Amino acid sequence: MTDVGRVVPEDAGGAWEMVVGLEVHTELRTATKLFCGCANLFGDEPNTHVCPVCLGLPGSLPVLNQRAVELAMAIGTALHCEIRPSTFHRKNYFYPDMPKDYQISQYDEPINVSGWLQLPGGRRIGIERAHLEEDTGKTAHAGSSGRIQGAEYSLVDYNRSGVPLVEIVSAPDMRSSTEARAYATELRAILIACGASDGKMEEGSMRVDANVSVRPGPGAPFGTRCEIKNLNSLRSLGRAVDYEAQRQIALLESGDAVVQQTRHWDEGEGRTVALRSKEEAYDYRYFLEPDLVPVVPDPAWITAVGAALGPLPAERRARLVALLAGAVPAVGEGFPDPDVGVDAEGSPGVSDAEREQILTVVDLGLDGLVVAAVAGGVPARLALARTANEAATDAGAAASLDPGAYTTLLGMEVAGTLSATQVKAILSDLLAHGGGDPVELARARGFEAMADAALVTVVREAVDAHPAEWVRYRDGEEKLAQFFVGQVMKATRGQANGKGVVAELERLARE
Amino acid sequence: MTAAAIAAAVRSGERRAATVTEASLAAIAAGEGEIHAFALVLADGARRRAEEIDAQVAAGQDPGPLAGVPVALKDNLCTRGVPTTCCSRILEGWLPPYDATVVKRLAAAGAVVVGKSNMDEFAMGSSTETSAFGPTRNPRDTSRVPGGSSGGSAAAVAAGFTPVALGSDTGGSIRQPAALCGVVGMKPTYGTVSRYGLVAFASSLDQVGPLATTVADAALLFDVIGGRDERDTTSLDRPAPRLASVVGQGVEGMTIGVLAEYLEGADPAVAGRIAQAAEVLAAAGARVEEVSVPEVRLGLSAYYLIAPAEASSTLARYDGVRYGLRVDAEDTAAMNVATRSAGFGAEVKRRIMLGTYALSAGYVDAYYGQALRVRTRIIDGFAAAYERCDALLGPTAPTTAFALGAKLDDPLSMYLSDVCTIPTNLAGHPAISVPFGTGADGLPVGAQVLAPALAEATMFKVAAVLEAGAPAVGAGS
Repeated sequence: MTDVGRVVPEDAGGAWEMVVGLEVHTELRTATKLFCGCANLFGDEPNTHVCPVCLGLPGSLPVLNQRAVELAMAIGTALHCEIRPSTFHRKNYFYPDMPKDYQISQYDEPINVSGWLQLPGGRRIGIERAHLEEDTGKTAHAGSSGRIQGAEYSLVDYNRSGVPLVEIVSAPDMRSSTEARAYATELRAILIACGASDGKMEEGSMRVDANVSVRPGPGAPFGTRCEIKNLNSLRSLGRAVDYEAQRQIALLESGDAVVQQTRHWDEGEGRTVALRSKEEAYDYRYFLEPDLVPVVPDPAWITAVGAALGPLPAERRARLVALLAGAVPAVGEGFPDPDVGVDAEGSPGVSDAEREQILTVVDLGLDGLVVAAVAGGVPARLALARTANEAATDAGAAASLDPGAYTTLLGMEVAGTLSATQVKAILSDLLAHGGGDPVELARARGFEAMADAALVTVVREAVDAHPAEWVRYRDGEEKLAQFFVGQVMKATRGQANGKGVVAELERLARE
Repeated sequence: MTAAAIAAAVRSGERRAATVTEASLAAIAAGEGEIHAFALVLADGARRRAEEIDAQVAAGQDPGPLAGVPVALKDNLCTRGVPTTCCSRILEGWLPPYDATVVKRLAAAGAVVVGKSNMDEFAMGSSTETSAFGPTRNPRDTSRVPGGSSGGSAAAVAAGFTPVALGSDTGGSIRQPAALCGVVGMKPTYGTVSRYGLVAFASSLDQVGPLATTVADAALLFDVIGGRDERDTTSLDRPAPRLASVVGQGVEGMTIGVLAEYLEGADPAVAGRIAQAAEVLAAAGARVEEVSVPEVRLGLSAYYLIAPAEASSTLARYDGVRYGLRVDAEDTAAMNVATRSAGFGAEVKRRIMLGTYALSAGYVDAYYGQALRVRTRIIDGFAAAYERCDALLGPTAPTTAFALGAKLDDPLSMYLSDVCTIPTNLAGHPAISVPFGTGADGLPVGAQVLAPALAEATMFKVAAVLEAGAPAVGAGS
């Protein structure tokens, strides 16, 4: 199994084994909502993207967004799921931010079932299902606490009501917080690669709930689980899972039982707390949504969605490994099969540091920059290092960088036109300005390569100063070109373009 | 005057839409106090609309196949900016921001809406007595109910207020009041008429349909409102119906089955009229035979699980948060409870409780699940009958119109009034009720013609033959 990978540490010490399954909700990046034509936009004035359907007005009916179905199928394909005919159900419960007082969701016949996700370390985590459903509105509670208890009044924004979601439910296959984080990281990268999600956990467009239990050791029956909510970052996920497992172990070791419940992660306190206990569990009274018909995607459509899917993170990591090993990218070239890549433990020529760089670059979706730079003549290691260490510091801006400009910039470093320090400075300008011409930016910072006319003069001076070397060069001793480049660089304190110097030498030799 | 005749006269310039509308409004003014067919009369809007139609005609434009025809709309059809209450307190004050698709189609055909007709609250009832705005009386005998839930629409047509009306039929709510009021009422194949803007009772059963004085007018209205609507996913992807022209084509060579189970509980006089109707069809050249579909006996039980189950979910949105009635309380949950307690009437509450129970964990398979299995058996039972028959015949209701108040406190007896109409809804098939003489009490009897899915053409042909051969209905008893 292949793929470079993060090493998953064994749970050290103690006989207890942690068992984790994740439920991930992702908002889909569709133009419109799941069942109406309202814009699917985050952050606008409250209640500006609403209509009779997403407000659940009497007499309104849902019409399924076909693009949302496509994105759900893309997710299913990327997660190696079986894509099946599916239906929608109503999940009934009263809540003011849910206008119909039921949520339309896929229940016993989800569109995607039985898939898997391979962690960069090689382990496969089962995917039980990935189904479509609608999001709710958002309630803001006015009052000192900001919570529903003690609020003077509440305001509801229905812009989010009816936004399409896919809920991805993993099998309880993870055995450490590190694996849970690796899963969420990899899933996020896959969702972004599918074009299905922007993966922004902080904005809530990707939401993670963790089911955590512990058991005496591998093979023992699963223990009672708790569901942890309010995990707003990967860091929270890791901390919450570790805290919760330790809490459960402490309970069990002191002879108490774990009570199945939903718990809230308090990031500030660093602990999970039981949500207000419901007097009874909800009975959602699921039944088939009579206002919608079954979704039966024909095989041609499923195939087309799969064919349109771009390379997934595992393939992209394998490609970067191949580039480090000397492969030359070409336009239209296929990606290496991720299953025959380089083994995580023994990729020849890939150091641990480079493995981390590859993971970072692909997680952030910046591998396209590396590939473009290498195609433009930049050595793979330099391209990877600059991307992972510098471009990644502002991944959002880097993702929208023009690969051509990026290649030009790194090319200036390769050519010796700019020093590494100068390249980093200009890169930070590019990121800060959201783009630009690296040559212009270099000039603005005074890093400008010498103008051609000035270069001609300096080269001529170097030739005149070393007539014997010039004759040998002109008679075919090409390695002396580097001697003259060195002379010119010395004379210009590194401001000259090495390739320009060589070109001028060649021109003089032909005269 | 029929809708077809009015439209022809208005289109040709022979009669002004304004004149027709004034006649309708005058009839309403004279009779409405006693009948109470309407939740809301829209006299000003109707007059404005009539002027527009007349202006179109004057300008040489064709206002459409319902030019100048006054129409009553059941109050569960959304009308933009006009109160739409489902005759429930809980929707008091709500103004829909949009028109139902059928309302748009009526407008595009030149119809003039004169009012929103009275109904059982949220279409739950068979007598129009559960309306929050008081009952409608049967124009044939004002001591009797008009049937329901589209009792206002049926009464408006029977009283001569409007030549046609729209109703909705979830378990017989068009056909049963049509029968009790002595008019024609038709329930289309599920999916042939858009439900967008019909305030749902039970989405898998609801269908909008016409009430009229003639079979031809019912077909004319069905042609106008039918056809695919992109806003209703359950509407069938088929061209709009064109059936007004087939109505008179006769039944020669058809096989008509008289549905034995529908005669079992029927009043003897009603059963006698159905036998007479069968003779009319035989005389017109149809082969008539007795047919048994034993599964229909299970219809009522299945319906009273499926329809309330859907309603318990569909009516959850009336929670006081966004529109309609709100009864304030200390927190949101208490406000929900107070609002719903005050806003819904007893029958609606009963059905919400029935449906909630039928879907509850531990019971859902035994009740709702079992009802769905019965539904499938009923469909199969009809399919077997339609292997031999082109259409089926039976009574629309087991009795003629009953007295106001007679069944209001006896829900089971009230529910039995729909025993002959419910199986059609469960199957998703079309059916029509045609007036066919009177019962022993002198009140109208409805003959019901049932047909397979999408066989409206057959259904209308049979109905027209019955209409032509029917004994006259007296104006009263």
